[in-house]
Amino acid sequence: MKKASPYLLAAILAVLPLLGLSSYWMHILILVVMWSVIGMAWNLLGGYCGQVSFGHAAFFGVGAYTSGILYNKLHISAWWGIPLSIVATAVFALVIGFICLRLRGPFFALGTLAMGVILRVSAENLTGITEGDLGIMLQERTWVEKTWYFYIILLLAMLAFIAIKMIVESKLGYYFVAIREDQDAAESLGINTTFYKTVALTLSAVITGLAGAFYTNYMGYIDPKIVFALHDISVVTIMVVMVGGVATYWGPFVGAIIMVFLAEMIRSIPKLGAAHHTFFGILLIVIIIYLPNGIVGDLPKLKRLFGVRRSA
Amino acid sequence: MAVIEVKGVSRFFGGLAALTDVTFDVQKGTILGLIGPNGAGKTTLFNVVNGFYAPSRGEVRFNGNVISGLKPHQICRMGMARTFQVVKPLQRMSVLDNVIASAFLRVKNRTEAEQLAFDTLRFTGLYEDRDVISKGLPLGKRKRLEIARALATQPEMLLLDESFAGLNPAELDQSIDIIRNIKAKGITIMIIEHHMKVIMSISDHIVVLNYGQKIAEGSPDQIRSNPLVVEAYLGEVQGA
Repeated sequence: MKKASPYLLAAILAVLPLLGLSSYWMHILILVVMWSVIGMAWNLLGGYCGQVSFGHAAFFGVGAYTSGILYNKLHISAWWGIPLSIVATAVFALVIGFICLRLRGPFFALGTLAMGVILRVSAENLTGITEGDLGIMLQERTWVEKTWYFYIILLLAMLAFIAIKMIVESKLGYYFVAIREDQDAAESLGINTTFYKTVALTLSAVITGLAGAFYTNYMGYIDPKIVFALHDISVVTIMVVMVGGVATYWGPFVGAIIMVFLAEMIRSIPKLGAAHHTFFGILLIVIIIYLPNGIVGDLPKLKRLFGVRRSA
Repeated sequence: MAVIEVKGVSRFFGGLAALTDVTFDVQKGTILGLIGPNGAGKTTLFNVVNGFYAPSRGEVRFNGNVISGLKPHQICRMGMARTFQVVKPLQRMSVLDNVIASAFLRVKNRTEAEQLAFDTLRFTGLYEDRDVISKGLPLGKRKRLEIARALATQPEMLLLDESFAGLNPAELDQSIDIIRNIKAKGITIMIIEHHMKVIMSISDHIVVLNYGQKIAEGSPDQIRSNPLVVEAYLGEVQGA
């Protein structure tokens, strides 16, 4: 039963569009699946390998701009961005890894934070390549209907889920967790920590970049402030994983559902809606104090909590 | 035949000489005990041999190859494993997963790694505790987990940093048996230990450090009767 649950969930998600959901609900579904892809990617690096990144918007943006620039400069379909973003983000991640992965703990986090900001400013100013703040607009979208976009991101999510599960259960996964738990111990067990951290960063970046390339195709418009956003991308990525459950398979998916719905709900509250980041901040504090392993990670704790309430 | 040759090794931290011109060999298949008062430079020497520090002067050879300057993971791959005085278990992993992670150094797939981990856990008497999250292990078992993890990398040479400290008498006997069995497998051992009875009974050869310098070297009997050693170290123990 437990083994079949990923397939079951994929099947349920796959039939959802057939129910004739409104365009708005399809949009929400697409966002949930897209955020779970980004969350899974971050989780591989931050959750399993213990390298907390505050700059995943950089990889998302590089993926998004790969699509955008291919379309804008080479006049080919922005869909080529999906395969080609793999190369672009991988190369970019190797460079970033070379610089940032010699830093440990909080210094690595700060390094990635800086990297995200550097990329946003660069994208704003390299107008010859990125069109700067004007952004890149796709003249025509591939489909007016959202159904096919949903199936594409669902396919990407399933592939990412399977790939990450395979990685985590292999030698790579053990090495990542060993590095997270104690870098010196890992090093003395014959683990080349620099190399394996670079591998984790690159895999994580590539998956995030794929989501970025998808975003360009789906939304049809990108600019630096959107795709390289610190609070709307980098921080939300961390929240998705923290809320859902760090270093769990299902955490990013659960976190994505909660974060996307929460964002939509809070935004629709009159007057207070603009302050949704404040609510996110409060939520993060509550989660860190009471559910440090996230909803999936602290499920036994949650069950106990509700069990007690029921009997009382 | 010397497995490890420490040749004129000095290590400075700023103006402090943690090690000064230390030279000795470790013979294949033997147990070398490294003793000395607190702060004598024993752990620093381990860190130099295992690659965490590069020596400021001198060199370390492993099977004839110079290894000083290499990273710990490279040295481990060449066949040298170590344990830590302050134990470093991979806390949120089970005992079994800790050992599997290190078993992956020499085997490629998970089944083999698991098999090797089971064997190692049986050998070190931790098999019953395999599913315990290592954060929850008592100190004695954590020390043994360190040994198990080092053994799972299938080393030729093992560095043990105070693997007996803080053990109760029963655990002590068990650990001594484990060390003897490791030696019986043909693995060369270098061990730091404060427990004099243990070190005198298991070591083939002893090196004494004091203030970063080698003050004596010889068989346990020679060390016991060396006036310099008695003054620097054993005298204090006997007087206490």
